[in-house]
Amino acid sequence: MLPKNDKAYVEMVKRLLPSLKRREKGPYAIFECFQEIPCNPCLTACRKGAVDIFIDINHLPIINYEKCNGCALCVIACPGLACFVIDETYTKTETSIKLPYELLPLPKAGQEVEALDRQGNVVGKAMVIRVQNHKKMDHTCIIAIAVLKEQSLVVRNIRY
Amino acid sequence: MQSTEIAIIGGGPAGMCAAQAAAEQGARVTLIDRGKQLGGQLVKQTHRFFGSEYEYAGIRGIHIANILEDAVRKLDNIEIKIDSTVLAIYGDGVITIEEGENYKKLTSKKTIISTGASEKMLVFTNNDLPGVYGAGAVQTLMNEHGVIPGENVLMIGAGNIGLIVSYQLIQAGVKVAAVIEAAPQFGGYHVHAAKIKRIGVPILTSHTIKEAIGKEFVEGAVICRLDANWKQIAGTEKKLDVDVICLAVGLSPLVELLWHAGCQMKYVPQPGGYVALRDRDLQTTVPGIYIAGDASGVEEASSAMIEGKIAGLSAAEALGYNKNASHMKAKYMEEINILRAGNVGKKVREGLKMLAV
Amino acid sequence: MDFVLFDGKSLRIIEHPIIQFPIKREVTFTFEGKKLKGYEGEPIVAALYANGIKVLRYSPKDHRPRGLFCAVGNCSSCLMEVNGEPNVRVCVEELKECMVIKRQVGKGTFRGGESSCKVQK
Repeated sequence: MLPKNDKAYVEMVKRLLPSLKRREKGPYAIFECFQEIPCNPCLTACRKGAVDIFIDINHLPIINYEKCNGCALCVIACPGLACFVIDETYTKTETSIKLPYELLPLPKAGQEVEALDRQGNVVGKAMVIRVQNHKKMDHTCIIAIAVLKEQSLVVRNIRY
Repeated sequence: MQSTEIAIIGGGPAGMCAAQAAAEQGARVTLIDRGKQLGGQLVKQTHRFFGSEYEYAGIRGIHIANILEDAVRKLDNIEIKIDSTVLAIYGDGVITIEEGENYKKLTSKKTIISTGASEKMLVFTNNDLPGVYGAGAVQTLMNEHGVIPGENVLMIGAGNIGLIVSYQLIQAGVKVAAVIEAAPQFGGYHVHAAKIKRIGVPILTSHTIKEAIGKEFVEGAVICRLDANWKQIAGTEKKLDVDVICLAVGLSPLVELLWHAGCQMKYVPQPGGYVALRDRDLQTTVPGIYIAGDASGVEEASSAMIEGKIAGLSAAEALGYNKNASHMKAKYMEEINILRAGNVGKKVREGLKMLAV
Repeated sequence: MDFVLFDGKSLRIIEHPIIQFPIKREVTFTFEGKKLKGYEGEPIVAALYANGIKVLRYSPKDHRPRGLFCAVGNCSSCLMEVNGEPNVRVCVEELKECMVIKRQVGKGTFRGGESSCKVQK
């Protein structure tokens, strides 16, 4: 069941997180994929072999954080737009989040935007760090934003 | 009168895969579609597909349509008829076709029916007003023809189609006021729901539409809550200022030709209504008539493609073309079983149990 | 020549995050006697929507308005009179220069061979 409110969702996501030691090392992916559906592009897209091989295509993907380097290939590949890359080392007070984005218009680097949670509520501000949109991504752009550290697990969309 | 070895009716994902599989074994195939182009409903699926790499997972449906069509057009033993509507299949095996403005006849040794599905209707006051659409219609209008249906949408049904089309409406610049779902829990994939939720679209479960408001076209909608017995709760009515009401309340297989051909049919709710009984080869109770894709029971495009391959190989094999048909068929059967193995495939598995001969 | 925008505003998508719509040739046609513009080869209904027209016909018995419903030629909700021929499914019929399009009332009337251009093509 999809969590009804954001608090419950955040608790579910917390259980996916790598060790504190790994989080302090740099960017890592998280898959907010909680339902068994027949799907595996995250597995086939990862060039680091960081998604544990699952034979039954319905199984949930599990990330091997020793191998994941936060490259964000999965962010583009996931048909559910459920992969994000978190970098808690971005600055002392901010985390960077890479999120998939398929709407127009696209924001620009340096732009301040509204930060939204998983229910579409505005929970604060975010600064756009970078917008990636090259041909190979086939219109699933990656937007890197900086948010306050305590919002790392809350912010999952932007609006402006 | 023209003749072919395998006639395939419907050039969507199932039909194109059937044509390719059969032709690669050496059979002479005629692929017939009523549309102006091949691809069926793939040509408006702008989202990336699920499944495995064998069904082009991670690639947008619009691109999969091109990939499949290229493969079909490369094979010399496939004749393609577009803008061609099959009118009937007669007892003596004659297939009649309205090809453009002309009336044509075709005989075939085997026939695969992959005609897809059509949208279900829902009963509510004023449900015939302009502005009430099937969700697929809205997709066709905006993703194929570049025209939006209106400015503010009420989506009825939170299965995958309702959720996906809601997301695509937002991509086209249309506001989605709400997605409502009669069941206490929505049936679509959670990740599809999450995409529209984080944009701010509410998904209201245990809700239904009471009436559409408007004289000449939709100017609003009244929704209300349902109790545990799916009865409307008086006093919970809410008016929404929408100009589009989109129905995504399920699909029914398009089975007219199967009825006409005399296939034994059965009403089974899980695959969407009346469907044909079939054996493991996807052959119906009428020898030589096969089914594939949504026409055989509503499912995903990924499984439609594999069903197409199985039906195509079976038909070719029955005609004596067997380069590696038996081996490939076994492989595809395993593939489709894997797709249907999980929790979300439960409904499909239940339905298939009732349809096997 | 004046082009009339009907009930609403144009519903054409100008920019889309995923799809690029090919540029098509513009043609003129008439709807209920008014000159309108659309793209050659698009379904007639797309051109009508682009001009804000959503009511396509009136039902035979109760004279209820009817619009687009399935958009793929399944349902017959969108029947209109095109060039004097009734019961044309405008969701799948391609728009051509000089077409004469009318809202169908009831079962429609066969007028035959209409064109909005002086010289018939």
